[in-house]
Amino acid sequence: MTMPEIAKERIEELKARVASMEHPDEALVDLMHEVQAGLGYLSDEGVELVARIAGVNPMKVEQLATFYNLIYRRPVGRKVIHVCDSISCWVVGADDIFEYLKNKLGVELGGTTIDGAFTLLPICCLGACHVAPAMMIGEKLYGDLTPEKIDRILEQERI
Amino acid sequence: MFTPILTRNFNLGHPASLKEYEASGGYLGLRKALGMTPEEATKEVLDSGLRGRGGAGFPTGRKWGLLDRKSPPPKYFLVNADEMEPGTFKDRFIMELDPHELIEGALISGYATGIDKCYVFIRYEYAEATDALDVAMAEARDAGYIGDNILSSGFKMDMVIHRSAGRYECGEETGLLNALEGKRANPRSKPPYPTVKGLFMRPTLVNNVETVANVPHIFSMGAEAWKTVAVSEGGAGVKLYGVSGRVNKPGLVELPIGTPLRELIFTHAGGMREGYTFKACLPGGASTPLLTPDHLDVPMDFDPVAKVGSRMGTGCVTVLDQTCCIVRAMINLLIFFQRESCGWCTPCRDGLPFVLDILQRIEDGTAVREDISILEENCEVIYPNSFCAFAPGAVDPVRSMLRLFRDEVDEHINLGRCPLKTR
Repeated sequence: MTMPEIAKERIEELKARVASMEHPDEALVDLMHEVQAGLGYLSDEGVELVARIAGVNPMKVEQLATFYNLIYRRPVGRKVIHVCDSISCWVVGADDIFEYLKNKLGVELGGTTIDGAFTLLPICCLGACHVAPAMMIGEKLYGDLTPEKIDRILEQERI
Repeated sequence: MFTPILTRNFNLGHPASLKEYEASGGYLGLRKALGMTPEEATKEVLDSGLRGRGGAGFPTGRKWGLLDRKSPPPKYFLVNADEMEPGTFKDRFIMELDPHELIEGALISGYATGIDKCYVFIRYEYAEATDALDVAMAEARDAGYIGDNILSSGFKMDMVIHRSAGRYECGEETGLLNALEGKRANPRSKPPYPTVKGLFMRPTLVNNVETVANVPHIFSMGAEAWKTVAVSEGGAGVKLYGVSGRVNKPGLVELPIGTPLRELIFTHAGGMREGYTFKACLPGGASTPLLTPDHLDVPMDFDPVAKVGSRMGTGCVTVLDQTCCIVRAMINLLIFFQRESCGWCTPCRDGLPFVLDILQRIEDGTAVREDISILEENCEVIYPNSFCAFAPGAVDPVRSMLRLFRDEVDEHINLGRCPLKTR
């Protein structure tokens, strides 16, 4: 099923909120986040739902969905691991962190683990260079990464 | 000994509450500003010498003066909290540890410029900062700081958080306008400047978080007192500096603007970790040209850093040690830039992957000598011909590599491999 998981009442609430706004398009990013939250990614039907709520053409939503790297247009794991690949993390060994995670999870970048727990993606600087190398799982930030620390984190985060 | 101004509440270790903020002198600046005319308040900021902390260093008071105060509402004040410049981690701390500082700064800015609507445009990854700001805004609303008749002065201002969804280009001033309007964050042509036609084609001011957070102190201390904290000639005020890389104490520190780079790295960041030596640094993010050990005495301020051929940028320094291959470092930067390019203009969209390809071949040892001049030529063509400041920022570090580390680049060609095959 790729229908977005979102309650009917919530859709009505969102419609009312958008209708009250002077510039409804301003809400599109919020709406994409909200609709994405159900399935974890924004399916084709999700794009159409966002368009219906905002009263815009689905193509307008698609343009935005494909622009933002934190809107996922393909299925992802229950949690997405974003590992910083920018300069400050690279200087202190982010390449090794990537290798370790790829081996540990058995996936390449962009891949999802067989059990559907994690998707591994790179991300630009997380603004956590003081604790580099860093990564984000879901919305939680982790820094000062070492293989041992990663093992513990993955154990806690796995659902 | 320097007493922190901007970071005085940071040692609390949690977002300063309204009570804590007020106890440290918070919202006094707003009260003082409301006692002035908007023109006087703008002049105060102009006199302070405050320059934009997002990286460009444009005088804030002058920017404010460009906005037509008499044009009818709506007009917009945008706080650029889309901190995404690689190596930069300063705005995060302001929002996470002293969010009222940003709110007060935005209120004063709105009063001075006749704006009654403020958006804080924040990157999605900054969840903690968003929460802290959300709580602080609710407190400020309850206390009558945000609202229709602020401190019974008749001045009104509303504040809204816009949570983004990634992409570096959203932080470009005009890209940010498009992003807020629900469009792809492609840059717009200037003129018209945002101060004339910005968000929803209305007059708009865009200021960086650190810039705005400095405003309350300019008023509570007085422009002259704030300005003269600087230690560089012609400098003004304080700066949040960051240092990352293989140093003993990577982190953030507030210092008088103009503090020498050497002091920043070797005193405040504790110097290089044992076994590592300083090879080069990016003084203020991924788009700032490299500095070498020869430049360590440069005062970290806009003009002095520009004088030695780089830019202070965000003031968050990324240190490269002797184990870092400069070509490989540039590859890292270009992977970032070509991925984040919005694709709007050809030199950036198509040129940056080309630059990356040459760098990769130099690193692999498959490039020939002629490739270096092709690389140089590409940088020179991309730099002036792209639509916004993104692509010039992308090729600037590469140009600095060709200027400062030519021997190391040549060595790659001569050996047919990377001379530092460590990572």
